[in-house]
Amino acid sequence: MKNLFKLFSIIIIIIASNSYSLAAEKVEYLKTDWSFKGLFGKFDRSSLQRGYQVYTEVCASCHSMKYLSYRNLAEPGGPEFSEAQAKAIAASFEVTDGPNSDGEMFTRPGKLSDKFVMPYENVKAAQAANGGAYPPDMSVLVKARGGGVDYIYSLLQGYEEAPSNVSLDDGVYYNKYMYGNKIRMAAPLTDGLVEYGDGTNASVEQMSKDVTTFLMWSAEPHLEARHQMGFKAIVYLIILTVLVYFSMKKIWSRVESEV
Amino acid sequence: MSDHDYRPKSKVGQWFNDRLPLLTLANHLTDYPTPKNLNYWWTFGGILTFCLITQIVTGLTLAMHYIAHADMAFESVEHIMRDVNYGWLIRYIHANGASMFFLAVYIHIFRSLFYGSYKSPREIIWILGIIIYLLMMAAAFMGYVLPWGQMSFWGATVITNLFSAIPLVGEGIVTWLWGGYSVDNPTLTRFFTLHYLIPFLILGLVVLHIWALHVPGNNNPVGIDIKKPSKDTVPFHPYIVIKDGFALLMFMIVFAFFVFYAPNILGHADNYIEANPMVTPAHIVPEWYLLPFYAILRSVPDKLLGVVAMLSAILILAVLPWLDTSKIRSAVFRPLYRQFYWILVADVLILGYVGAMPAEGLYLLIARVATAYYFLHFLVILPVLGFKEKTLPVPLSITEPVLGGSPNLAAARNKESKIE
Repeated sequence: MKNLFKLFSIIIIIIASNSYSLAAEKVEYLKTDWSFKGLFGKFDRSSLQRGYQVYTEVCASCHSMKYLSYRNLAEPGGPEFSEAQAKAIAASFEVTDGPNSDGEMFTRPGKLSDKFVMPYENVKAAQAANGGAYPPDMSVLVKARGGGVDYIYSLLQGYEEAPSNVSLDDGVYYNKYMYGNKIRMAAPLTDGLVEYGDGTNASVEQMSKDVTTFLMWSAEPHLEARHQMGFKAIVYLIILTVLVYFSMKKIWSRVESEV
Repeated sequence: MSDHDYRPKSKVGQWFNDRLPLLTLANHLTDYPTPKNLNYWWTFGGILTFCLITQIVTGLTLAMHYIAHADMAFESVEHIMRDVNYGWLIRYIHANGASMFFLAVYIHIFRSLFYGSYKSPREIIWILGIIIYLLMMAAAFMGYVLPWGQMSFWGATVITNLFSAIPLVGEGIVTWLWGGYSVDNPTLTRFFTLHYLIPFLILGLVVLHIWALHVPGNNNPVGIDIKKPSKDTVPFHPYIVIKDGFALLMFMIVFAFFVFYAPNILGHADNYIEANPMVTPAHIVPEWYLLPFYAILRSVPDKLLGVVAMLSAILILAVLPWLDTSKIRSAVFRPLYRQFYWILVADVLILGYVGAMPAEGLYLLIARVATAYYFLHFLVILPVLGFKEKTLPVPLSITEPVLGGSPNLAAARNKESKIE
């Protein structure tokens, strides 16, 4: 019994230390308290709604989010806009549909079932409009970067004057959290860039936090369901383990051997 | 085995059993005499069976929604994560299940190394195990390619390119494996097919593995042959069933923690970027469970010799029963081997660590030393140790101390409990 605990603690230590060493990048990212971390972590709804506003007013002019649909905005565990709000959001976008009975493509207002409208027709068009750099799709961006939410949050606030020993080409900016410190994206946020409906002060820090929360949700739309189910599953397993442990003790008491 | 003369009680049972002796098999499996001193390291066989079945069931479900096409694979995985009911749960169980499977198999293998379970008369069980392990690595590697992320693509490119090291026909073989001139759609579809096939091959081999186990019966921590059934054994059911069940539940708690609270910690962030043949990731690293062999591969400067070294590192295990010349099975009674055993464990962990690091400078040096030691352990230390080592006296039976036993037993028992 003691051995088993020893064994499992060794396993956990090895895995934990391993993952920490892999995650230990050179730079210290900015930290903030994310509501979605931890055993019962949930998204902050109003932060998600503000984050969507930042995304759609700022990021969406270059970054697509091709795996999301407008219906997701009204689904439980997300920003939870009302269905009417989500419909209005969808309808504010022009979607190309077709071909119709005449064989022509046509545009119509978006519906809940539509995917988020992309800012560019294709990757080449996106590159052409951005000096050769492709603004990555943001659907799973948080999971596609080593530092995760902390990295994105820091990057948005990491723009600085380049140190004198670094020379930058035209259209390249200095960011202390970017890999190699050179980034093709100009600082996207400035204080007061968006006007929040709920009166929250739109500082760069606030907008960074909101939009990063939104990106976390877009990458893991079922995070809340996962945390809730995880807690129940683990509690269930622990209770069952204890019961089985006592049954085992009882059964093995018939033979003169320890278990 | 004595249970072959089993006769079902009911007439119908007898009629059926005379034609297909499934009831005899069931009776054998429940009564199967198992050493009663098996410790928790022995529960990983059952845990591995659970892992295999979990992978097959979740894998079948994923295959219902996955699309094996270079243009659609990544998107179909996102579809599973977002729109399939509990798709996220199924996929995270499958992805983390692979890691859990390897975690359990490494414990299983190192348990066998410690207690000498690979020695006569269990060589065939061991060799079947090595084949299963090789197939597991193939299945895991191909499974990692299926989401068609950056690591999928570049991992597949690196590993398949290893075959180009073969003289003369190497390039031809690589083209044949790819089904083209680079990793592309034909590669993905055949990897999917093979990834689907291999688990069932493993399942068949597991049946043989267990069958071969049931001929001599389990080894045990004392490592001696025991009379079966006897005072030294307990019937498999309920004693071992409940104990395996208990250990499995503990294992499932760890498993659940990863699935629900850290589902991506064992994966690589780059695999959430869709495969792009034009952009090479900064570091191409395999999954953690392949890292020791990756380190061996990179520690040899020559490509062909590196591949040979990597394959030998695995295949050398198949001849282990003949490399280890010691007649004593359990490390409990082998004071020197015990120390070399732990050095080997450390060596493999170090190889795993440097495998994750860039192959340069100090890391490369460490990798080379550790690789050399790995082979030294199997090719020199083990054969020599069998002749040189002064082993401790081995008890005659597991229950010996209870029955009064020999004078040297107390010392041996004492040693054993210290090690566990």
